[in-house]
Amino acid sequence: MQQIVNFLIRNKTFIVFLLLFVFSLFLTVQSHSYQKIKFLNSANWVSGTIYNKTNQISDYFHLEEYNEQLVEENMKLRKLLINKNIEVNDSTLYADSLYTDYRLYSANIIKNSYSKKRNYLLLNKGEKDSIKQDMGVITSKGIVGIIENTSEGFSNVQSVLNSLSEINAAVANTGNFGSLKWDGKDFKTVQLVDILRAANVQKGDTIVTGGMSSIFPKGIPIGKIKEFSLDASKNYYLIDVELFNDMTTLDHVYIIENLNRQEILNLQNSINE
Amino acid sequence: MNRSAFLNTVRFVVLVLFQVVIFNHINFLGYINPYVYILFIVFFPFDKDNRIPFIFFSFLLGLCIDIFSDSGGVHAAASVATAYARPLLMRSVFGVSYDYHHIKIEKTLFGQRINYLILLILTHHFILFGLEIFSFAHILLILKKTVFSAIFTLILCLIFISLFSRKSK
Repeated sequence: MQQIVNFLIRNKTFIVFLLLFVFSLFLTVQSHSYQKIKFLNSANWVSGTIYNKTNQISDYFHLEEYNEQLVEENMKLRKLLINKNIEVNDSTLYADSLYTDYRLYSANIIKNSYSKKRNYLLLNKGEKDSIKQDMGVITSKGIVGIIENTSEGFSNVQSVLNSLSEINAAVANTGNFGSLKWDGKDFKTVQLVDILRAANVQKGDTIVTGGMSSIFPKGIPIGKIKEFSLDASKNYYLIDVELFNDMTTLDHVYIIENLNRQEILNLQNSINE
Repeated sequence: MNRSAFLNTVRFVVLVLFQVVIFNHINFLGYINPYVYILFIVFFPFDKDNRIPFIFFSFLLGLCIDIFSDSGGVHAAASVATAYARPLLMRSVFGVSYDYHHIKIEKTLFGQRINYLILLILTHHFILFGLEIFSFAHILLILKKTVFSAIFTLILCLIFISLFSRKSK
């Protein structure tokens, strides 16, 4: 017993080091796993407030860019409205009860990252703005990611540029679907896998969300095919998709809530049981 | 609270803020970021008999950076390992007989200072990127990131050391 105590005292520095090192390894391994619960993330009050303040400052340098984006988007929406002959002056059009499938929230990105292997963004909206886990995040150009953690006033987004993310996607004109992943190499391209060899894919084809998930609605643009090849089994295509979004200059985003999600999940669970 | 503790606290807070607000977002050539917060480990006073506070504060520093950048525990692991390895690196650069208690980084010879910084930074960055990427298949990517980020960090560290060290005249 005496010897054990002596040993502990003699090596106390090493033991403290080992404990702390193992603890940080544990945190690291946990962040690599698909498990949804993470207790250390930037969606907390301290880091949220700091990022919010710095973002307010840096936003001034991009005002012109953001305005252009908004004008462009408005123009697109106006075109749609005019061509579909929808009466826009009718105020009942904006009533929430009309939108039974999806609800939209707007938010700002206050922390962006794209150079790591697992990238997370931070938004300035959280639980008090009724943002919940597993809502989709998009911009006017295409998808950004999925809400992963929320706190009172902030939320974390798992970016499409994250080696853990897996999003259902389809080739727009043929409808063949697969899943969208990222190999961590280039922040402009993501990979679409599991598209059957029989599918007729071509360079430049548009990739959209597939509608098989309960997160994104069908048909939200993702990117266009840059290159494609057959994978090792020679049965599936491995497609490089060039993103429409420039992930480095994101700011205004929309959060999509699927109002039927709970119903879909319940149904899926009852089938699995 | 004595002067040294106060200085270290200020250094801790300032370095964390600088790292998360500015240096994490440089992304030079798409992926190169400097990790200047390692200066805390460089500057922390050397105490041969009680190294536990040093190791603990280094861990805390890494953990703060991790929370801000959503990276799990990679910065914490890299910092705590670098802190533990510091005496070893010091011995190999400054020699066994060097009086560690009075070592001041700004008073060392330029060559020794660079060697010491390079060793610390490479240890830190290699563990950092090794854990972040976490795959032997990407060993080249790990080495590439380590070397380029280390160069960037080294240059900034040297600038900071010469900026914030008082002239001993």
